[in-house]
Amino acid sequence: MNLRKYLKVYKKFLHTSLASELEYKTNILIDLITAILSLIGSIFLLSIFFQNNGYIGGWKFEQALIIQGIYTILNGITNTWFNPNLTEIVKHIREGTLDFVLLKPIDSQFFISLKKLNPSGFLEVMLGLFLLLFCVRINQINLNLSFLTLSLITISCSICILYSLWFFISTTTIWFVKTWNAIEVLRSFLYIGRFPLNSFSFSLRVFFSIFIPIAFITTIPSEVFLGFSQLWKILLEFIVATIFLITSRKFWLFALKFYSSASS
Amino acid sequence: MLEYRVEIALWAISGIIPFFMLNIWTNNNLNESINISDVMLSRYFLCAFFVRQFSVVWVVFSFEEDSLMGKVSPYLIQPLNPFFRYFAQHLAEQLTRFPFALIIAFFFFIFNPESIWIPNFGILLLSIVSTFLSFLIQFLIQSIVACLCFWTEKASSIERLLFIPTLFLSGLLAPVVSFPDYVKSWIYLTPFPYLIDFPANLLSGNEANISGGLSMQILWIFLLFPLFKKIWSEGTKKYTAMGS
Repeated sequence: MNLRKYLKVYKKFLHTSLASELEYKTNILIDLITAILSLIGSIFLLSIFFQNNGYIGGWKFEQALIIQGIYTILNGITNTWFNPNLTEIVKHIREGTLDFVLLKPIDSQFFISLKKLNPSGFLEVMLGLFLLLFCVRINQINLNLSFLTLSLITISCSICILYSLWFFISTTTIWFVKTWNAIEVLRSFLYIGRFPLNSFSFSLRVFFSIFIPIAFITTIPSEVFLGFSQLWKILLEFIVATIFLITSRKFWLFALKFYSSASS
Repeated sequence: MLEYRVEIALWAISGIIPFFMLNIWTNNNLNESINISDVMLSRYFLCAFFVRQFSVVWVVFSFEEDSLMGKVSPYLIQPLNPFFRYFAQHLAEQLTRFPFALIIAFFFFIFNPESIWIPNFGILLLSIVSTFLSFLIQFLIQSIVACLCFWTEKASSIERLLFIPTLFLSGLLAPVVSFPDYVKSWIYLTPFPYLIDFPANLLSGNEANISGGLSMQILWIFLLFPLFKKIWSEGTKKYTAMGS
């Protein structure tokens, strides 16, 4: 792996995709309004849950807001990178243009995962960061170095898990060709990440920690923010993220063996 | 449509968010404060799932793709409004989705045997009508948005924007009864509660104002239909085929 080469190529990717996306300026504005409205909507929903209850699954309203903040950041990242790129895999495979990707003297997973970029997702990430900062104030969390590193580590692990889930589902296109609906299923499951895991019944909790590790994606980082996360959970999240990344990579290489271009 | 069984099954699964919401409601005893029993609430969310399955609309995405690919031009020559084509597609897919929805309902009843109920025939008929009306409202709204494709290339982002209030205010995630008063005071004037909350309440046997709800649905259809006709005729005048 030649890191310098990849950095240089990524710079070019950034440049071209920003240039093409900025052609649709009103679109970016509409996407921003959508992100703001959807955040307002989920806070509204939370406020309904907390109308007559002080606690949901052991979380106070102010604490549950942290989960919303982290979810918004992760959703922004999904919209910036994962969604525009990984839905493109479907197109590549259907139209046979994956051939050209495979022929390039660069890692195919790198190319396919980072080629495009949707700038409106950035704004959503910012929105989530503002909400998190606000939560830090109302929950009186004192920021120090160890807290910051721990939360950064857990959030990056969440991003890795999320990426692997998306990549994994998109890779199955090689066999099934159309996976829009599988992505919709993933999206609707990820929606659960907006709420604390403890507010679900035991069976769902097990399901969302083992089969689709949504628990790891938002709940553990939020617990780190509140300072009541145990070390073993953070370690576990790290291990899960590593396993997911490695498996998704292996799965991609495995799937490529079955790729036989379009109409062949 | 039957060729895409797996897809449609997956799509049916992607609609199960109401069940997760139900889980939050009952697991935290949130329903006590709004005076709905566990059983009634679980029926409500099951019905919300059903109504959503049979009123989901995606015409704007199909139309956007067709118009970007230049497929709209041949449609325009045909003596039939192309939206009939999409309308028929939606109806066909709803029919194929029915068995999958039934399977999901079957599993739901296995886990919640106490919430089994059989609505009487009249109510069932009325709720089918109101679900269909809800589908019509959503189809009209989305067709209006789809017509914006004549002016802008990406009408689907406007649709995504409109989807947010639909998601939160239609009763898919929480019954409208549970909303705070400052929202309830104006929400019944908007089309949103008639999309899912009203048909679901009707079907599940929760409190519903039958005549009021149905007439509001019809009123919205009568408001939206001329608007669609207007924007369609304006749009087709404006239309120039791709590459001209």
